[in-house]
Amino acid sequence: MIKTDILIIGAGPTGLFAVFEAGLLKLKCHLIDALPQPGGQCSEIYPKKPIYDIPGFPEILAGDLVDNLMEQIKPFEPGFTLGERAETIDKQEDGSFIVTTNKGTRHHAPVIVIAGGLGSFEPRKPPIAGIKDYEDKGVAYIIRDPEIYRDKKIVIAGGGDSALDWSIYLAEIAKEVSLVHRRKDFRGALDSVEKVEELSKLGKINLVTDAEVVDLKGEDKLESVLIRHKDEARGEELKETDYFIPLFGLSPKLGPIANWGLEIEKNAIKVDNSYDYQTNIPGIYAIGDVNTYKGKLKLILCGFHEAAIMCQSAYQRINPDKKYVMKYTTVSGVSGFDGSRKEAKREVIKNIE
Amino acid sequence: MGHIRGIMSDIKITIIDREGEAHTVDAPTDMNMNLMEVIRSYELAPEGTIGICGGMAMCASCQCYMLNFQHMLPEKSVEEEDMLDQAFFVDDNSRLSCQIPITEELDGLEVKIAPTSE
Repeated sequence: MIKTDILIIGAGPTGLFAVFEAGLLKLKCHLIDALPQPGGQCSEIYPKKPIYDIPGFPEILAGDLVDNLMEQIKPFEPGFTLGERAETIDKQEDGSFIVTTNKGTRHHAPVIVIAGGLGSFEPRKPPIAGIKDYEDKGVAYIIRDPEIYRDKKIVIAGGGDSALDWSIYLAEIAKEVSLVHRRKDFRGALDSVEKVEELSKLGKINLVTDAEVVDLKGEDKLESVLIRHKDEARGEELKETDYFIPLFGLSPKLGPIANWGLEIEKNAIKVDNSYDYQTNIPGIYAIGDVNTYKGKLKLILCGFHEAAIMCQSAYQRINPDKKYVMKYTTVSGVSGFDGSRKEAKREVIKNIE
Repeated sequence: MGHIRGIMSDIKITIIDREGEAHTVDAPTDMNMNLMEVIRSYELAPEGTIGICGGMAMCASCQCYMLNFQHMLPEKSVEEEDMLDQAFFVDDNSRLSCQIPITEELDGLEVKIAPTSE
């Protein structure tokens, strides 16, 4: 069990900055994120895009902002559970919480902060009627263990890198690989596109372009997919298969958090913005893009502000008997949990006789 | 010869929402807005179901079908092509509305918001 003062769900810029503000108050943080690296959207979606509205930075790349935040919070030694999604929350008798991830990692903290942005990134599911019924019965959106496809018939759909790369990989071990794509052009790395073309010519990948999988068939498990060609003369074809793997990228979903009993409005978590960004469940806060209130702006700078306010309230919650006085880093410096110390240089005092 | 702009330069855009209802709305050309932002400002699609990525052509939640003026729209960027390639319910007249700036030339534009997908 991981124990910490503040458990932050979401390691985007807001969650990372919360570590700093908490650290100034001597509170330790641990972060959970479904993505394999910290930074949230800034790292996953647009690391090379410039941001122009971070106060004090006329221009900064999203990736650099994350690097800077990681550097800034280093003295406060945050813990990370990456590549796992916060799944369930259990309130303990003493008012603290246990949050368990989809991989079973348990975290115990008196304060939970949801800084989940748009939610966790989940595979996009194509709108094929009845596809849910075949999940784990032949339909998979993520390839976890390629070995289960050995000597099987597989249909992959999609035109991006993951569709291309998995088609190439599985062509070696599967009995038969079909790659179905809506168009003729593929948007992956040139190497991968050329490799697929080559394997297609060798008959190792059955390339079906200008076509879409529109229906799934099978009694207890997937037995075939219906492929519709754009060319009406070719019409539809029923393709026997053991597996159908649609690979259409990721999209953010609020996910299991939506079932935690929090008040949700406009796909975001309602918070008390007149005070401390606490949710309807005492002890659970929501900051950054994931929250909503009248006048909410989904800006990184607003997330930073919310993080600072939230930490004061969290401090009071964790230390009800202590009175905290806000200190300026310029005056008090920064004392890390790692023993590091940053402070303004003292002026040299010298008498002039 | 450029246009001489008035103080207010609104254009009319007709937007068919996901329920099939048509709304003709005023859209300002002088506020650096795009079509997705216009749809959001009139709340013609529930928050959280449109413009999720904020307008960076990175989520396809603002996909619309352009019912006219297709030849007058800016060319698709590589990012938009990529995203539409992964989106669902895509048609030949599909565009990401966040990539369509509101300009005076688009007065009378008619669009339909594409369905959401999971």
